[in-house]
Amino acid sequence: MIRRILVTVLISVFWCGQLFAEDETAAGIQEYRDLLSDGNPAELWVLSGEELWFTSVGPKGASLETCDLGKGPGVVRGAYVELPRYFSDVKKVMDLEQRLIHCRMAIQGFSYLDVTSYPFTKRGQETSEIEILVAFVASESRGMHMNIPLEHAEEQKMFDLGEQIFYFRAGSHDFGCITCHSGDNRRIRLQELPNFRNQDQARKTYGSWPAYRVSAGEVRTMQHRLYDCFRQQRFPEAIYGNDMITALIMFLAKSADGGVYNAPAMKR
Amino acid sequence: MKISPLSLGFIAITLMFGLKGANASEDINPEFKDLLKEGLRTKGSVQLERFLSLDATQNFCSDSNVNVNSAEAGQLMSKALQQIQYPAGSSYLGDWKEGERIAQSGKGLRFNDTNDTENGGNCYACHQIRKDELAYGTLGPSLYQYGKLRGYSDEVLRYTWAKIFNPQAFLMCSNMPRYGHNGILTVEQMRNILALLLDPQSPVNE
Ligand code: HEC
Ligand code: HEC
Repeated sequence: MIRRILVTVLISVFWCGQLFAEDETAAGIQEYRDLLSDGNPAELWVLSGEELWFTSVGPKGASLETCDLGKGPGVVRGAYVELPRYFSDVKKVMDLEQRLIHCRMAIQGFSYLDVTSYPFTKRGQETSEIEILVAFVASESRGMHMNIPLEHAEEQKMFDLGEQIFYFRAGSHDFGCITCHSGDNRRIRLQELPNFRNQDQARKTYGSWPAYRVSAGEVRTMQHRLYDCFRQQRFPEAIYGNDMITALIMFLAKSADGGVYNAPAMKR
Repeated sequence: MKISPLSLGFIAITLMFGLKGANASEDINPEFKDLLKEGLRTKGSVQLERFLSLDATQNFCSDSNVNVNSAEAGQLMSKALQQIQYPAGSSYLGDWKEGERIAQSGKGLRFNDTNDTENGGNCYACHQIRKDELAYGTLGPSLYQYGKLRGYSDEVLRYTWAKIFNPQAFLMCSNMPRYGHNGILTVEQMRNILALLLDPQSPVNE
């Protein structure tokens, strides 16, 4: 009952958010933040994700309660701040989204296509299931410290590859992540660019994803953020849930090591 | 021939350095290339195969410890300078109004664009240009009053053309795209952009 009331309140707050989304100026967002004070619409995604986590679905009619995110079957608390990590059952490094794909296939019996064909919610259409699951799992690490020790050789390898992607400059514009994210106080148009070679900025930035995007009226994951930066830097399309993105996320997560994780946050 | 463990180690080290040297000027290392091949796919106007064949400049600038003052950088820069193509009859200036439109547009060459999307220059993403456009980025220096501050001499025209054609002829691994060298903008578009910066009538030089 309490949950139902909460969801109703959040939906109406969320609706206000849609109005404010028209105004993209920083002042507009600040006003919007003040209005919401402690109510981030992302909570709605978190609640739906939690519900889906415990619901039996798929050909095997199972919930995700036995899914091992790295801290033992069913342990969600604190899982996100230690991801990506090496999983011995599949002998590879996975980020949260790859691991969720794995669990949904292995435990719930979905096909790869079932769980990867709709990763990002399209405007005005149904919400992507993976986005709400990510919002839920991530929220269970709020307030904890990023902890990416790179103890396993495969983890170190993924980090090294991710670093290589960060510095890789290619395509029609010679862009790489380094082009836009290596200086302080820089902007593209009016959008501020975090410098990932600065530990404070890396921590703050990484620790804020996934985030409720005011401009989209949706919760977006790190996979989505990177998908769009690849587009902006004139790279070919990034394939969802791929090792290349996991490597890059490993590099970003390690750059944020030790920082306080504080997501889902709210952003422009 | 008898091979001692020591000389084996020596051969291994030579191989490692040999390979690393080759990477820097020729090709991406195979493991990294495989990762990119798996992670990216051709879409719209962006071809994966073409994307994966880097030129010497991209290879050089993709090194996380790049030294832009090295001899190799010097060679790449002088080659870049030689390859610059200037407009016929040194006719540098087109229409500044068109130039403004091109400087505003960020379209083209993204995977959500098609082959017939007109490429923009997206100069405002990184530069202040006209005073009345407040939504400008700060990766590059302000170009407001570009001509007014530098004058309209032939040298200024020629330098500015060359800089936009290939910024890396002047600053190795510049963050600015090589608009002419990489075929992002046509000669006509570049002339219009030049007018935006260097036509005394352009609002940039008010
Ligand atoms: C051409 C410039 C450009 C390039 C290249 C680029 N980005 Fe971005 N990036 C941006 C912009 C602009 C934003 C802010 C977008 C917004 O607010 O909507 C951003 C935002 C981000 C964010 C979120 C920042 C925050 O404050 O929460 C992350 C993370 C990120 N980029 C990572 C990357 C990575 C990793 C790469 C390389 C694959 C990359 N970017 C390449 C322009 C770029
Ligand atoms: C991704 C960011 C970026 C974009 C887009 C960009 N530039 Fe630049 N530009 C820079 C940076 C950084 C510099 C300074 C470093 C250098 O000299 O290469 C620069 C320097 C310049 C200079 C030299 C200024 C001087 O005082 O010598 C000119 C002229 C210039 N840009 C024009 C343009 C024009 C015209 C466009 C659009 C067609 C453009 N730029 C697009 C980043 C950018």
